[in-house]
Parts: sequence; structure tokens; C-alpha cells
Amino acid sequence: MTASALTATSRRRAARPNWEEPPTPAGQAGKATVLLVVVAVVIVPLYMVVLTSLSTQGAVNRAGGMVLVPHGLTVEAYRQIFTNQLVMHSLLVSLGITVVGTVISMVVTVLCAYGLSRQNSYAHRPILMILVVTMFFSGGLIPTFLVVSALGGYDNYWSLILPGAVSVFNILVMRAFFAGTAQELIDAASIDGASDWRTLRSVVLPTSRAVVAVISLFYAVGYWNTFFNALLYLPDNQKWPLQMVIYTYTLQGNSMPGTGVTNTGQYYGHQQVAALAIQMAVVTLTLIPILVIYPFVQRHFTKGVLLGAVKG
Amino acid sequence: MTAIPETTPAVPVAAEHDAARTRRRAERRRRLRRDRALLIMTVPAVLLLVVFNYVPMFGAATAFQNYSIYAGFMHSPWVGLETFRQLFADPLFWGALENTVVLSLVQLVLFFPVPIALAVLLNSIMSGKVRTIVQSVVYLPHFFSWVLAVTIFQEMLGGAGALNTALRQHGLATWNIMTDPGTFKYLITSQVVWKEAGWGIIVFLAALAAIDQNLYEAAAADGAGRWRRMWHITLPGIRGVVVLMLVLRLGNVLTVGFEQMLIQRGAVGRDAAEVLDTYAYYYGVVNANFSLGAAASLFKGVFSLIVILAANKIAHLAGEDGLYRR
Repeated sequence: MTASALTATSRRRAARPNWEEPPTPAGQAGKATVLLVVVAVVIVPLYMVVLTSLSTQGAVNRAGGMVLVPHGLTVEAYRQIFTNQLVMHSLLVSLGITVVGTVISMVVTVLCAYGLSRQNSYAHRPILMILVVTMFFSGGLIPTFLVVSALGGYDNYWSLILPGAVSVFNILVMRAFFAGTAQELIDAASIDGASDWRTLRSVVLPTSRAVVAVISLFYAVGYWNTFFNALLYLPDNQKWPLQMVIYTYTLQGNSMPGTGVTNTGQYYGHQQVAALAIQMAVVTLTLIPILVIYPFVQRHFTKGVLLGAVKG
Repeated sequence: MTAIPETTPAVPVAAEHDAARTRRRAERRRRLRRDRALLIMTVPAVLLLVVFNYVPMFGAATAFQNYSIYAGFMHSPWVGLETFRQLFADPLFWGALENTVVLSLVQLVLFFPVPIALAVLLNSIMSGKVRTIVQSVVYLPHFFSWVLAVTIFQEMLGGAGALNTALRQHGLATWNIMTDPGTFKYLITSQVVWKEAGWGIIVFLAALAAIDQNLYEAAAADGAGRWRRMWHITLPGIRGVVVLMLVLRLGNVLTVGFEQMLIQRGAVGRDAAEVLDTYAYYYGVVNANFSLGAAASLFKGVFSLIVILAANKIAHLAGEDGLYRR
């Protein structure tokens, strides 16, 4: 695979060339069916999650669980979770970890990628080696846990950020992108007396918006989805991020403090809303940021995934 | 390359050598001064990797200790291979290893071809709009956490999920797929397909787009139908990428979605869901037998490295690039 793979994607044949035989109706129908099923398998469950979170007690009872056909709609489940101290706090924790973590990761990644992007710069080979080795060897779960704990990461928010703050793969992707930035531009900047810092800020970064956007999304999603590190390092549910709340109260079915949700799936309290609706509302809450950012970054994905593979 | 003028042949060889070394050193100093800023930029990343990757790598030596959290790494007694003897004598370890390998092989057979097939199918679609829509949808689950994906599976296929509710309402027998140990490996694989198969097509789509379109026209002119063209042009065209992905996958043969297994281990039971990583977690962290957990991880790491090197070697013998060009 070469860089031409990337450009080739954009100039695809627009119409069927005349040497190609016309499509058979059966073939067309088969393809359409497969694609429809594939799309439905992803979309329908998401639709049911969101719809159930917006359904009344009556609608949930009528469906016997997850709702497929809308009957009564209500935002009561959201009113419940937005007044629930545990859920709201975990939302703040998740947002905080995501924002702080992404900023740290991006600063470290951009700096390191640019630092290694020049041909023939001092000691770039040994440093690259130090990075790449970590892609193939790791100390494993236990030693990492012991090191993080020894540094005071136990019961501390930074243990969700720093141990995984650097993705070597992302650095390699970005380094390949920076190295592709026209060398003339960089030379011109240095002739004009720009320092490396200035060149990075004023020349390289502005021409690399796409890759910065994609890598930021990758990091942000990673932090937003943080689950295991929270399970490992945060014993106190007052510090939990959203994924831990979903794991404990939706997946394992423990009763959530402060709502009418009990582990038998029953409800109580004066507001008539199904336990399931509340659980699905929390699930929807974790979906929203991904669904909101996704369309803006999506068209750049190929660059983010492939450049690293191309130049390794 | 010597710059010493030929008119001074009296200069001894040793002195000439020294002069060259001094020049090299000066040159290196000049490059160091020139690239100082670039070096400083790499410091934060290197520092983080040293602390959170390299220190634990040496910490893997706890596998050869009888590690006690009170004594710490420095003062815990060394026991040589005793921990490994203990590990290999544990039937639960062999159960975990068997589960890991079986799950991995099932995924290799049932998951690995899916993105390739999807990519070939998508590549054959003329309408750019349809392609874009399908791509946007199938990439999406990659960005969900395992907690979210498993929750969605539970609400769809679990005992109280949509499928069983529908079965019950029609008076049919219900089947709680989420807690059935017998079919667990297929459940796990279907979850991986749901979450990652879409994302997996990106690499193959790019490889397909790089195939020279003239080959297709020439083949058609020679009378090759669409299946022959797929067999003789499309599939050979993406073979290199397929082999690369296969080698990478084989290197992870002992890695089967740690979070995915951990989350579902309670529901389906240890016998079906224990894999090497969860074994290390439960022994090491939950039961605080750190040395045994570290030994299980170390076993896994060494084994994986051997497999990936062997797979790469085989790829080279088969004339492919594998991980790197020879």
C-alpha cells in the first residue's frame, strides 16, 4: 500500500465503464439486502435504546421491555437522571477526564511527532526505537498496576489519564503526516528565522488540521470510554466515570442510589417511569457526545488510520 | 573524505585520525545544537513511556519473586521459577489458556473474513452516496465502549431483552444467549463483528482503491466475467494487506478483548469466560497474588512475541512483506 491509495480513493470511477457487463437484478437485490441488514443491525438497537429512554411506563410495559414502536413519550427518565447526584457527578468526571486527557495527549503527541518528523535530525532513530518497542512489549497488567499504585495513582483521577496518555500508533500516524508537509514550507520558515516551535505552530499545525481532528477524536473517545482503569484504580463510586455507572447499575443490575431503579427492574416513587427507561437514558447520555462529534471528523478517518500503516 | 591537504604528508596517520574524530564530534555538536528544540519536544512522550511502559517491563520481574506489597519490589524474595511451576500446576490456568486459544481461533475464522467481504461488496457499489452512508453507519460502533456494546447486546439478546420478549409473546421457547456457556464463543465473536467489522474495512477499501482499474478493463476484454475478475484481480490485489492484517492478528492470538470478557465473566461463568488476561487480573489484583498474575502476563507476552515473529517469517517465506520489507 502506498500513498497513492489515499488519492485513489477520491478519484473513483463515477459511472459504470462501458466494458463492464450490466448488473443483474438478482445481484443488485442481493447486495441491497446485505447492506440493508448490515445497516439495520447497527441502527435498530441504537434506535431502540433512545426510544426506550423516552418512553412512558405504559409504553415500556406494553412492549414488555425495549420499545420498538413508539407509544407514549416522556422525558421523565432524563429529569430523573439529571437530578441524580451519582449520574451527574459521573458525567462531570467523564467530561473532565476526556477534556483534560485529550489536551495532555494531544500536546504530548503533536510535540513528539513533530520532534521526530525531520529527516536526519539528531538521535531521531534511537528515540523512534524507544517508542516502537512499547508497541510489541509490555510489562503486563500487574506490574503496571503496581507502578501506578506506587506513584499514588490509586484512588486518584490521574490514573485514568497518564498511564495511557501516549499512543505510539497515533504519534507515528501524525509523524508521517508532518513529514509529508512540504519541506519547502518548513525551509522557507527557517530561512525567515522561525524557530522550530514557531514553525510547528504557524506552518505545520495549520496545514494538518485533518489529522489533528482525527487523532483528537481517537484520544477523546478513548478517555470517554475509560472503564477498566476506573475499575482498577477507583474504589469509590463518588469518583466513577459514566462507564462505571452503566456497568454497575445497568449491566450488573445493581440498584442505583437516588432513583427508583431496583435490581428487580421494578420502580417506585411518585414519578411513573420505568427503571429500564432510566437505564437507557444513561446509556443514551454516553452516546450523545460521540454522535455529535462523529459527523465532523468522519470524512478524515481514512487519513488517520492509513498514514501510520503506510509509513510505519 | 579527509580534508587534510596533500601537501602535508608529514602529518602522522594518528593525528589525521584524531582530526577526523574532532570534526565528527563538532559536526554532531552542531546537529545537537540545531535540533535541540526537536529533542526537547520528544521529552514528554518518552518520559511517559519510560514511567508507564518501561518501568513495568522491568517490573515483570515480579514473576520471579514472591512479591509482597509490603516488602515491595526491592525487598521481596526471589524465588526463581517457583511461580511458573505454581502457574503450570494450576488447572484454571490451562482452562484460561484453552479458552483464549479457542476464542481466538473462532474469531480468526468467523471474524477475520467479514471486513474483507464487506469491503469487496462496498467497493462494487457504484453510488457514492450509498457507500458514504453505509460507511458512516458501520464505522460507528467502533467508537462505543465495551460496556456500551455489551449493554446493547444484553438489551437485545438477554433474558429480558427484545428478542426473548418477542419469543415469549409468541409463545415460543426463550433462549438467554448472554448466559449460555455453550454458545459463548459465538456470542463473543458476534459482538466483535458488530463492533469492529465495520471499522476493519477501511484498510481493505484503501487497498481495493489502489488496484489499477485498467487491469479490470483488460481482463474484461479478454472475456473474464465479474467472478473471474474478482478471483484473479481483486483478491490478489489486496493479498499483501490481508497478509499484514493476518500477521498482526496472529501476534494477538492470546489477546481476546479483555474488557469484553471481564464484563461478561460474571454472567456466563468462569469456565467459559476466563481468558489469560482475566486470569491475571483476578489472581493478581483481586486476590493480590501479584507474582502469579505477573507470571501469567509474562507467559502471554513471550508467547505472543514468538507467534508474531514466526507468522512474519512465514509471510516472508510466502513472498509477502509481512510487518516490514525484508
